[in-house]
Amino acid sequence: MRPRLAATPLVPGCAAGPVLALAEPLSLWGGVDPASGLIVEPRHPDRGRSVAGHILAMPAVRGSSSSSSVLAELLRGGVGPLAIVLGEPDEILVVGAIVARELYGADCPVMLLGFDDYAQAAGYASMTIEADGTIFGA
Amino acid sequence: GEIDLTDEQADGLSGGRGFGVQHAMRIIVALARASGADRLIAVTRAHVDGVLYHGQASLDFVEWLTMAEARVAVPTTLNVASLDLLHPWLFRGNQASATAGRRLVDGYLELGCLPTMTCAPYQAQDRPGLGEDVAWAESNAIVFANSVLGARTARYGDFSDIAAAIAGCVPYAGLHRPEARLAGLIVELDPDTAPSLTDESDFGALGLVVGEFAAGRVPAIVGLPPDSTEDALKALGAAAASSGSVAMFHAVGITPEAPDLAAAVVRGRAPACVRVDAAMLRRALTSLATAPDGPIDAVSLGTPHFSVREFERLRAVLAGTPGSIRVEFWVSTSRAVLAEITGLGWLDDLAGAGVTVVTDTCTYVSRILRDPGGITMTNSAKWAFYAPANLDARVVYGSLRDCVESAKAGRVVRTSA
Repeated sequence: MRPRLAATPLVPGCAAGPVLALAEPLSLWGGVDPASGLIVEPRHPDRGRSVAGHILAMPAVRGSSSSSSVLAELLRGGVGPLAIVLGEPDEILVVGAIVARELYGADCPVMLLGFDDYAQAAGYASMTIEADGTIFGA
Repeated sequence: GEIDLTDEQADGLSGGRGFGVQHAMRIIVALARASGADRLIAVTRAHVDGVLYHGQASLDFVEWLTMAEARVAVPTTLNVASLDLLHPWLFRGNQASATAGRRLVDGYLELGCLPTMTCAPYQAQDRPGLGEDVAWAESNAIVFANSVLGARTARYGDFSDIAAAIAGCVPYAGLHRPEARLAGLIVELDPDTAPSLTDESDFGALGLVVGEFAAGRVPAIVGLPPDSTEDALKALGAAAASSGSVAMFHAVGITPEAPDLAAAVVRGRAPACVRVDAAMLRRALTSLATAPDGPIDAVSLGTPHFSVREFERLRAVLAGTPGSIRVEFWVSTSRAVLAEITGLGWLDDLAGAGVTVVTDTCTYVSRILRDPGGITMTNSAKWAFYAPANLDARVVYGSLRDCVESAKAGRVVRTSA
C-alpha cells in the first residue's frame, strides 16, 4: 500500500509531481528569483535549484511579508511551485496562493502537516495531493 | 473549525456589499482559516506595505481591486514606495520600474489610501492608542504599534494589509488576542551595560540580540534606561524584527503593557530568562559590519524614517563637529517630517551642509546611492541587516556622531571606542 498522510488544507486543491524538500527555511522574498523560480539566497543549501514544477516542502517559513507578492509573481510567470507542503502554518504564503488563484487562475494548494508527518513527507521523491488533504507519497 | 461570521461579514463575503468587499473578504476568510481563528474582529485603521513594487503581480492585484471599485473602510496609511515621488530625480533605476512604481501608488490612492508614504506611521500626531485593534503591515511599524503604543496588530503584509483595510475586519488571531501579548522570554540587561546605551545604534545592536533569542516568543526586556526615547525603542524594535521576526516586546517600566515584570509575563509559568551583557552587544555591533573600518563612499541614516527629534540631534552634531561633509550623505524620512523641518528652517541648513533628504522611500529599497556596491556607513541596524542582500552594499555601522565625523573625514572615525 502506498504511504498516506492526512494534511490540513490551508488552500484547498489537487496536485501531483516531484517533491523539492528544502533543507532549511527560506524567505521567497530575496531568496527566490521571481522571474525564473531559482533559489538564489547565497547561504541556502538548496541554492541553484528551482521551485518551478515541484511540490515545495518547507519545514518553516522565514522572513518578509513581501513573500506573498513573490509567490503570486512566480505563479503569474508559470515558474511557481505546483503546491506547498508546510510543517508550520504560514499566512503569508496562503495569501500569495489565494491571490494568484483569483488573479491568474493559478492553482497552488497549500497543505499543513504535523511535525512527524512533515518529516515523512519531506522524504518522498514525489507525491499526489487530493482536495481533502490526503497525500500519497512515493 | 468553522469561522463564525456576523451577518454583515457574511453579506460582504457573498457579494452583497459589492465586488470590492467580496474580493477582500475572500482573502480575510482564507487568512482566518490559516491562522485558526474562529471569528473576525473590526479594525479602526490600516497601514499598507503592498505599495512597494515587486513585479507585475503587484499592479495586477491593485487593478483587480480598483476595477471592482473597492474602497478602504477605515483610515489607511501607506508605507514606502519604490521611488521618491517628491524628488523623482534622485531615482537612478530604469524608467520602466519608475513608471510601474508610480502606477502602483496611484492604484492604492484610488482605493482611498492616504499618501503618507512612510514606514514610521507612528510618528504622526494621530496614531493608534492602547488596546486599539488595527491592521498594520511593515515589520518595524508592527513591532512599534504593539510594543510602544499598546495597539494590537497581527503581522499583516502584501495583499492581506489592503484586504483588511477594505473589509474593515481581520481574523481574531495572533497579537489581537491579549494572552498572546504576554512575554514568554525575559531578557535581562546587565546593569553595568544599560548606561552605555546612548545612541540609536546601541539600541539597534540590543534589538539584534533580542531578536536572535526570541524564537517566536514575546520578549520582556528588563533594565533599559527609564528615559529611553521613542527613537531608541524604534531602533530596537526594527532590529529585533529584522533578526528574529519579533512583532512585540515589552520594555519593563517603559512600555504601556509592562508597568512591572509581573504584568507582562504569562501567569503561572516562569518564562525562560537570558542575560545580555556588553560583550554580546559588542559582538552584535561587529557582526553588522561587512567592510573594514577605512574609507567610506556614503552615509545613510533614517531606516526606519528619521523623526523630527533625530533631525534635531543631527543638526547639533553637524554644528558641533569641525569640517564639512565629503561623501554622499542621505537621510530617509516621511513627507510629513520633511514639511515640519522645512517649516523650522532646518532643511536649508542641512542641504548647505551636504545632507540630502529622501522622502517617500528608503535608500535600501530604492536605487538612489551613486554606488550601491560601495562602502556605506549607517547608524541603522535594519539598514545594515538588509542592504548587503538588497543592494550588494558593503556596510560599516556606528553611532550618529561617528557617522557625521566619518562623513567629514571621508573614512571611518570612532569617537567613543
